[in-house]
Amino acid sequence: MNTKISFRDVVKTYPMKDGVFTALDHVSLDIADREFVTVVGPSGCGKSTLMSMAAGLVEPGAGEVLVDGRPVTGPGPERGVIFQQYALFPWLTVRKNVEFGLKLMDLPAEERRRRAEHAIELVGLSDFADALPKTLSGGMKQRCAIARAYAVNPQVLLMDEPFGALDALTRVQLQDQLLDTWSKEQRTVMFITHDVDEAVYLARRVVVMAARPGRIQQVIDVDLPYPRTEEMRLSPEFGRLRNEVWHAVYHQPPAVPAA
Amino acid sequence: MTQLTAVGKPSEARAARRGAGRPRRALTLNLIAVVAGLVVWTLLATVGVQGLPTPLAVAARAGELIADGTLPLDALASLRRVLLGFLLGTLLAVPIGFLMGWYATARGLLEPYVQFFRTIPPLAIIPLAIVLMGIGEVPKVFVIFLAAFLSSVVSTFQGVVDVDKTLINAARVLGASDRTIFAKVVVPASTPFILVGMRVGLGAAWGTLVAAELIAAQEGLGFRMQQAQLYYDLSTIFVGLIAIGVLGLLMDRLLLFAERRLTDWQERR
Repeated sequence: MNTKISFRDVVKTYPMKDGVFTALDHVSLDIADREFVTVVGPSGCGKSTLMSMAAGLVEPGAGEVLVDGRPVTGPGPERGVIFQQYALFPWLTVRKNVEFGLKLMDLPAEERRRRAEHAIELVGLSDFADALPKTLSGGMKQRCAIARAYAVNPQVLLMDEPFGALDALTRVQLQDQLLDTWSKEQRTVMFITHDVDEAVYLARRVVVMAARPGRIQQVIDVDLPYPRTEEMRLSPEFGRLRNEVWHAVYHQPPAVPAA
Repeated sequence: MTQLTAVGKPSEARAARRGAGRPRRALTLNLIAVVAGLVVWTLLATVGVQGLPTPLAVAARAGELIADGTLPLDALASLRRVLLGFLLGTLLAVPIGFLMGWYATARGLLEPYVQFFRTIPPLAIIPLAIVLMGIGEVPKVFVIFLAAFLSSVVSTFQGVVDVDKTLINAARVLGASDRTIFAKVVVPASTPFILVGMRVGLGAAWGTLVAAELIAAQEGLGFRMQQAQLYYDLSTIFVGLIAIGVLGLLMDRLLLFAERRLTDWQERR
């Protein structure tokens, strides 16, 4: 398969009062076309920064980020982003939120409506298409945000801890729904999380990052077939992978003496 | 996926929305308070607090002033001034507030003036305004304009600065240009701030108006009260005060209503 997203020797530092904070220290990672990759790691490991670079919201200090072989120079509709805080426009209904990106594409009104309808249906929000975000639960808000990202038909989905603010039950349901949607219309997904279970359940590959300085600790292949099921989640094989990722996340050799 | 549609029901926020039916109890209490106030006032007047007219006397005076056209004309004159000053002030404040919020350069250039003039009560400008602009309509409208402008500009500016950066990023990643972000994200997101600023501005304008009229005017509610003071006509002063209060309240409620309608999308916690 072709490489879709490529991080090459990416460095990002921020000036601090006492020296510099190295958010990312020579990080290289290739994500294949239509691959589902999760990135997990402790806070401060630069996982969100890494994703923001692919989104074009943060520039690398050194190295380069390529999408389809071309350097990323800014945000673009071919790369959909889903934020942890939903980031819905509160003054727009679900439908208008989903149409926001479509309106920027100069589509005929009919096509726009059709695509919005399709995206809303895909996340199961049809009954709430004309509701304002304030009337929705957290899970529904995030589904609306997913529909908004899907509507413009991006080839890449960048998700920054999208289910982080949700309760455990809703989270599991949304994971299944996300995989369901993804299997219907496959995109390249880079999914940031701090939840080990979530990382293993969703991904074909789990990228484990370490902090101080932010770097890739280990990349773990998840050899479980799609579609993922509840039985799989409870299987010994899943447990083994989960332990492996857990160990990689929580028992990291410190690169510098722990602060 | 269909089974997922049951996840999370829409919150009850809609039902619990304020104004959807203010409890009858609160209204009854409001009414009782008003009646009690009138009773206390009547008692004070009949017991003989020096020169204090009874509510009935004030009502009678109000009737006369309405009948001979004085009160409506005065109210109209006052309203015209306040609305003119307020509209001019807001019309200028909103674009300037946006400029200050959006461009650091504009902010750096304008902020010292805005912050400085904000510390001067508009009333303190009156002597200067009269000297420079005479005693016609211009200085009054100018002072009102200044009061409305200064309250609106600060809250518009604050609203733009406070727009959630995630919303701006959400628009950017969907391919929005800076212009689109400004028109489709920054403007609607700061509407609540602008409307609050307008309400504060209207309050300031109204307060400034009456004071401006006390000094130099040929008509208006403030002028009428000033005249009444010369003749020890307490009833007319009371009529003026009540008219000012009622009109101010009405205008505030009108703006509040507009605010509710326009910013109904806000999550109120």
